Amino acid sequence: MKTGLFIPCYVDQFYPQVAIATLNLLTRLGLEVDYPLNQTCCGQPMANAGCEQDSLNAARLFVDNFQDYEYIVAPTGSCTLHVREHFKLIEQTPAVQHVRNNIYELTEFLVDIVKVTSLDATFPHKVGYHASCHGLRGLHLGKPSELQGKDFSKPHQLLKMVKGLELVPLDRTDECCGFGGTFAISEEAVSVRMGNDRIKDHITHGAEVITAGDMSCLMHLEGLLKRQKSPVRVMHLAEILNHTN
Amino acid sequence: MEHAIKAKKFNEDEPNVTWHDETLWFVRHKRDISSKSIPEWEELRSMASAIKSNVLSHLDDYLLEFEKNAKANGIQVHWAADAEEHNQIVYQIIMQQNGHRGHGPRVVKSKSMLTEECRLNHFLEEKGVEVVDTDLGERIVQLSNERPSHIVLPAIHKKKEAVGELFHRTMGTAAGESDPTILTQAARQKLRAHFLQADVAITGVNFAIAETGGFVVCTNEGNADMGAHLAPVHIACMGIEKLIPKVEHLGVFLRLLARSATGQPITSYSSHFQKARPGSEMHLVLVDNGRTALLGKPDFRRSLHCIRCGACMNTCPIYRRSGGHSYDATIPGPIGSILSPNLDMRKHSSLPFASTLCGSCSDVCPVKIDIHTQLYKWRQIIAKEGYLPVSKTWSMHLTGWLFAHPKIYRAAGRIGRKLLSITPEILLRQNPWGRSRDLPTPPKQSFRDWYKQTQHHEK
Repeated sequence: MKTGLFIPCYVDQFYPQVAIATLNLLTRLGLEVDYPLNQTCCGQPMANAGCEQDSLNAARLFVDNFQDYEYIVAPTGSCTLHVREHFKLIEQTPAVQHVRNNIYELTEFLVDIVKVTSLDATFPHKVGYHASCHGLRGLHLGKPSELQGKDFSKPHQLLKMVKGLELVPLDRTDECCGFGGTFAISEEAVSVRMGNDRIKDHITHGAEVITAGDMSCLMHLEGLLKRQKSPVRVMHLAEILNHTN
Repeated sequence: MEHAIKAKKFNEDEPNVTWHDETLWFVRHKRDISSKSIPEWEELRSMASAIKSNVLSHLDDYLLEFEKNAKANGIQVHWAADAEEHNQIVYQIIMQQNGHRGHGPRVVKSKSMLTEECRLNHFLEEKGVEVVDTDLGERIVQLSNERPSHIVLPAIHKKKEAVGELFHRTMGTAAGESDPTILTQAARQKLRAHFLQADVAITGVNFAIAETGGFVVCTNEGNADMGAHLAPVHIACMGIEKLIPKVEHLGVFLRLLARSATGQPITSYSSHFQKARPGSEMHLVLVDNGRTALLGKPDFRRSLHCIRCGACMNTCPIYRRSGGHSYDATIPGPIGSILSPNLDMRKHSSLPFASTLCGSCSDVCPVKIDIHTQLYKWRQIIAKEGYLPVSKTWSMHLTGWLFAHPKIYRAAGRIGRKLLSITPEILLRQNPWGRSRDLPTPPKQSFRDWYKQTQHHEK
């Protein structure tokens, strides 16, 4: 099983430790993982800003980079959703369809494809899980609070395998953090307020670390936490799932 | 960007944002409990969505069937292509009534988002006709010369103290009185006189039934009934998408509407109107006002499913923290942000961007409108029509180009990280990201650099 690793552009540039943790986690699970060196971005920033046309060449490049892998894994729900949903904008060659059908967000890949039942991971801390919207409502990594049905959450399932980790409850289990790509800039006031409200929920419930499947949400929350000199840290899920003592 | 400016203003009063957010979240929470109390909830949503799709696919037939049956019941049916025509029709009907005691015809109106959309009050007032809104929330915004900030809770932006002050000024309640029961009583007493004197009662329509020619109006205050039962003339105004084919479909919608709106199992009053009382008149105005244009847009036609429950507003984290007036549209919030650009794209071009595309609106919607997908699609159209700020257009061109050229992207990344690490903190704190948020600390090496150095040679 040859797996291609996609790392979002901003993670590549600003959070290499998240990408390293993802790679190590997958490798430790016995997977053969390759990182295509010419990758850049999935194209989502342009498309969500209303400029789909500006995203098409990035999408084509993405397919060129990943078409030969059996699976494509990405430590992000947001980019994964973009590839699945919005790559329908480019010509639907077999390569494009293959990429759209075989890209997985990290936690769904671990749960649904690798079928992980235990992890060699230890993280003795109180952790608040932020359910990033695109993973939750777009990829159905869990059951959103709006819908009826049986509760489930793939990220929770994995976090429960981590020794010593205590998941803290939240008042609002799946409210958006307010990042939203260019929204964070164009709607600064609301974005900041949303982020602060999320942080407060986690802190009230005693979280030492806030984790999520998307580093973009965490970059926004981390920016606020650091500015406020809070001792609470953010860590991507991959960093926790790969954490050993 | 219009919405952002108004939202920023709203956020200056932080405790008020907290209150607004928590109040509406409480309503969303009641909706959750109520919807989860009936096991067939998701099935009901699917049925409602399917019924509405059927209606929209055969709208011409259903409208004619409805008109035929309504006329057979003795209802006088009028067709209005747009807001102006709607207002004229309503005005003509009103002016046919004789006023009494030297006063022109008196009009009471229960809540109707359609008449808000058509700016009927404004139109009638300019012509010298006094209209009294009888829904308590609507009355509050009318007395304060505002427009509703929410489609179900029109005065939700006002705290009881502000209402007390308003009523003191306009109704003579005691200064400093803010007890909701006392204020409501005062409003009831005042409204009672208006009801008793009314020559014309205007109501909206929640559902019109093609097979019977009748219609249903849902209220919690009974004010639509009070108006329509006392006045000799009843004018009901409806958008043409309010049709459902059969009476048996009503149960699906009535069960969804109130649960989605407020968490109630059903509105206090679900009043069925079939024909005029002997000696009185019943008029029905069917209004298009952009609806057929929307019907002609396959990506957006599903927005016509909307039953105006307001659930998308209550769940929207942006709406809760920016207030209904920040949308500057008749219908605010997520649904308003996909309906409004159809009416005036330039004016409302910022609304589809007042969203993180979190998708909560689509998941609460009782008629399964793909709201966040439509927000995304409106963004594309707004950009194509040239309504994006020039700076955004060019930065997206540039970013798109950069991401299509891996070598240049990598060089830009290296330079960018370097620049960021030497830029003084004070400068970083000037921009919309940095005013409240630290930027990530730029690492020396990108992941790719690390990978190439440590892993790649092994392969």
